[in-house]
Amino acid sequence: MVKSHNLTSLTPLGHKEPLTIEVSGTRISEITDLSLASVTARAGQEAVVTELISSFIGADAPSAGKWSGGTVAAFWTGPDQVFIQAPFDDYEDMGALCGAHFGSAASSVELTDGWCRFAMSGPHNKRILSLLCNVDMRSFDKHSAARSSIDHLGCFILCLSDEDVHIIGPRSSAASLHHALIAAAKSALF
Amino acid sequence: MTQDNRLSPNGTRHLINRKKPLSFRFDNKMFTGFEGDTLASALLANNVKLMGRSFKYHRPRGPLTAGSEEPNAIMELRGGARKEPNTRATTIELFDGLTAQSQNRFPSLAFDFMAINDRFSNFLTAGFYYKTFMWPAAFWEKVYEPIIRRAAGLGSAAHEADPDVYDKGFLHCDLLIIGAGPAGLQAALRAGRSGADVIIVDEDFIAGGRLNSERDVMNDADGALWAQESLAELASLPNVTVMMRSCVIGAFDHGVYGVVERVADHLAAPQEGQPRQRLWRIYSKAALLCSGATERPIAFENNDRPGIMLAGALRTYANRYETAVGKRVAIFTNNDDAYRTADDLIASGVSVAAVIDTRDVGIKSSDYEVIANAQLCDSAGRLGVKSVRVKTGQTTRDITVDAVGVSGGWNPNIHLTCHQRGRPEWDEGLSAFVPSADLPHGLFVAGAANGHMSLSSALHDADKVTGTLLADLGYKAVASSVPKTQDKPVNQSAFWYVEGTQRGWVDQQNDVTVKDIKLAHQENFKSVEHLKRYTTLGMATDQGKTSNMVGLAILAELTGQSIPQTGTTIYRPPYSPTAIGAFAGRSKGADFRPVRKTPSHVWAEEQGAVFVEVGMWLRAQWYPQKGETHWRQSVDREVMTTRQSVGVCDVTTLGKIDVQGTDAAAFLNKVYCNGFAKLAIGKTRYGLMLREDGIAMDDGTAARMAEDHFVVTTTTANAVSVYRHMEFVRQVLWPDLDVQIISTTESWAQYAVAGPNARKLLEKIVDPEFDISNEAFPFMACGKITVCGGLRARLFRISFSGELAYEIAVPTRYGDAMMRALMEAGEAFGVCAYGTEALGVMRIEKGHAAGNELNGTTTALNLGMARMVSDKKDSIGAVLSRREGLMQEDALKLVGFKPVNEAHKVPAGAHLMSKGTAVDAAHDQGYVTSACYSPTLGYHIGIGYLKSGDSRMGEVIRLVSPLTQVAHDVEVVSAHFVDPKGEKLHG
Repeated sequence: MVKSHNLTSLTPLGHKEPLTIEVSGTRISEITDLSLASVTARAGQEAVVTELISSFIGADAPSAGKWSGGTVAAFWTGPDQVFIQAPFDDYEDMGALCGAHFGSAASSVELTDGWCRFAMSGPHNKRILSLLCNVDMRSFDKHSAARSSIDHLGCFILCLSDEDVHIIGPRSSAASLHHALIAAAKSALF
Repeated sequence: MTQDNRLSPNGTRHLINRKKPLSFRFDNKMFTGFEGDTLASALLANNVKLMGRSFKYHRPRGPLTAGSEEPNAIMELRGGARKEPNTRATTIELFDGLTAQSQNRFPSLAFDFMAINDRFSNFLTAGFYYKTFMWPAAFWEKVYEPIIRRAAGLGSAAHEADPDVYDKGFLHCDLLIIGAGPAGLQAALRAGRSGADVIIVDEDFIAGGRLNSERDVMNDADGALWAQESLAELASLPNVTVMMRSCVIGAFDHGVYGVVERVADHLAAPQEGQPRQRLWRIYSKAALLCSGATERPIAFENNDRPGIMLAGALRTYANRYETAVGKRVAIFTNNDDAYRTADDLIASGVSVAAVIDTRDVGIKSSDYEVIANAQLCDSAGRLGVKSVRVKTGQTTRDITVDAVGVSGGWNPNIHLTCHQRGRPEWDEGLSAFVPSADLPHGLFVAGAANGHMSLSSALHDADKVTGTLLADLGYKAVASSVPKTQDKPVNQSAFWYVEGTQRGWVDQQNDVTVKDIKLAHQENFKSVEHLKRYTTLGMATDQGKTSNMVGLAILAELTGQSIPQTGTTIYRPPYSPTAIGAFAGRSKGADFRPVRKTPSHVWAEEQGAVFVEVGMWLRAQWYPQKGETHWRQSVDREVMTTRQSVGVCDVTTLGKIDVQGTDAAAFLNKVYCNGFAKLAIGKTRYGLMLREDGIAMDDGTAARMAEDHFVVTTTTANAVSVYRHMEFVRQVLWPDLDVQIISTTESWAQYAVAGPNARKLLEKIVDPEFDISNEAFPFMACGKITVCGGLRARLFRISFSGELAYEIAVPTRYGDAMMRALMEAGEAFGVCAYGTEALGVMRIEKGHAAGNELNGTTTALNLGMARMVSDKKDSIGAVLSRREGLMQEDALKLVGFKPVNEAHKVPAGAHLMSKGTAVDAAHDQGYVTSACYSPTLGYHIGIGYLKSGDSRMGEVIRLVSPLTQVAHDVEVVSAHFVDPKGEKLHG
């Protein structure tokens, strides 16, 4: 926990509380309770960082196109680079916490507020996603993580289960991304 | 009207649903049809054969075909904003309430005044518009073109915005099967049963292809029922996706196919949330083209009358739509297939007057007369065929008919095989082009599209090719299971047009006749591509699907070349007409591209801010206050408040790039032309980035947060391009450097706090354990701090306005609260928020370069920063920035301009001329890049580039702007209008 302060936060959609809506049987929820940081291995430290990722998330480091872990988890974002996510309340200063854990073996960067995140839940997820991004839905199963453009926005998509995905996009365009998800959720019924 | 031409039900196939009648209007007359009809079949059932007028001669036309290759029966569908011209009645699925209008006629379809064109056909031959209307030139656009356009043409577009939405989507599969006819279904069944991920696509709204048009027996049952059962099985397989009403419009690189799905075209209007169409990109490991074949006509005199159509189309209307096109029919053929039409029509109860065969192959029938070695040489009937003239040897006879079926053989549908510039091969046995081995990578062809024209051979070919494909894809194919069916030999020969024909139509959509092709040849348009452009053969909505083959065969005959020597024109996507909206998808109007909102956006909206789009960001341009009626009032107030006390501006949009690694400093030394290796921790430095050619790319600051950690800022506009450049440098130019970069632009809400009271304001925000006095936190300092009782933040003492200024950054979620806290803390100082206009005014007053100055042509020397290009290290662009051409003595230099008469403006874009010289490009001395009214100085100012500007201070020169009709004198001054010694920002 970081020291308390007197500022109140706004969600990426500009509200005081995260927004949840249901569209045609699909639940789209704004997620604001996860911190995020990037961790990139420095030259020659790749193996060390892989071990350190495992110890941070309590699971094997994710391979390409995958995420792993539990409450604290990591998803693959590039060669020798992962994004690590953890509960915001316990990991608010995520960059500093990662910096302390990985030390000079990796470059750790706080990214919590660089991204917005939407949870999308429902039986039509794969069909909705096929309208949004060029990801092969045939193999997009639990623990899959993909990077793809959604309506011109560079996004990450994590598959939590058959009916649950997280879509992570640029925070400043949260409203545009939210609009795209709603439109696709409506369209996917037809 | 009643459906007088409707036949008895065709067995148990029920391809039209007689229990579901549908009402529709054509040219304001009410008709009925059935579910399963197309607009064309429903009209024919109501004995309406006249459906359009031809393009040029306005000749009466009815459908030639029963499919998407239709050239004639094109009409305007729906009305209002949804009006869509040039839709093909042969593909429009009938729905209740459908309205359609014929087009290109006045005042009515039956009596078209413009049909007079047909009387003047001798003057309207191929290329007539190239030869006539030559003079006077002044008439070209204002007189001739409007007349020609009014007389000729197709439908008219709706003049309202398209109210529908369109989607895009992405699908992946092992095997894409294009066409759900017999070959496609057979292939899909074998591949689907074998476990492959299959997508089968067909443009029709029911599967089966020609099986629905024929009376084929498969495994002792109706072929159409086999298609229905096959589709049901495919739909039940989890690894198979069936896409009906979906047309593959193009074969693109890497196994990607474009598919337009007509989601709601069969409805009066899309339901809420439903797109009208979707453009799918299908990524396939392999694709199998089972697109069948298209029948080709034979050209004869007046072969375009309503009621004359392809023989296979007559069969389709009879067998699928249970509709007789006429009551007494003649068939004209050069092949055996047309006899199927005669037999099927007889079976349907339609009278067949005769089959006129160009050959003598000994076929006899007790149901109709077979006239061998004969040709159909003319027809009669004003609005529909009433009789045909048959020529046998030297004798002719007229036969009374009300419909004619014509068959010149069948052409494999090879279009997609040629979308990547492949050329088809000539098959002498079929007298048709077939796919060559030069196919798009991963595309295979089977069935009639591959030249296997009998049903049995098409099924076996599809089964065999699929077996091979499955092995290639790593699947063990299930055993073959090809239905038993007919395997009659296919005899088709080359017979393209009846000797002596002049006004026999080759391309009915573009009114191209045999005579036109001869004329084009006579005028030396002998290449098939030239023929196409000169005559318009094969253009427009049908892209010559029924005409190209006949046209090039006639050209081949005229040139004395073989057909393969003559060749084909290039086949290009889209295969079928495609709405532009489908290409745009949802990217239109407000959704054309994403919007980026700053962290203070909600607060700014509350203040009534006027926003401007910068890149994709919406930035507050100014904040009007009560009583301010002009933007200048707001901007002047914001500037003066900031200069006299303190102002706050949201600068989150500036690019922020986190640079870390043991070689981070070395990396920045490469990227920036000035040095960063020795920058102390806790300090910020202005940096200039050059392109490899030495031209300035971007400027910004880099703050050293730790020995191995920098935070780089870029301009808003170049944030992405600079990041991309740095990634290129990191990954490609110096991959051995240990450096990691990532964008943090959106992670931090950043505010500029500027003005003499900036520090006092911040002292109320920054937690007391952090000393931000001038001594402890001097100009260009940076550091991590906490604010408002413990929130982590970053503070940079940098200034774009020229004032004592800071930029404070907090996690973005607190950006709104930070803005409110700053405004509250600043109340005592009369703080104001300032927008991009005031920001721009203050940077011009200070002489800071921005995007207008970094315009892609300027160098460090032009900017007055030549000394920043370090010669003690290598950096990108440093060497080329010293090119002789960029280092000339009279090079442009950034200076300021003050009007001699302070009432005058200094417009940006104005050019500078020495006094007494001519005002022309040869005497150009430079130009103004940025200008504003300076509320600080009380007059207009500008900055810009002037030849040898730095040595011309005090010179009065001429400023000219022909566009704004400005011409007056300005004085050359320093670009630093305000605080040239920088005392304020160091204070």
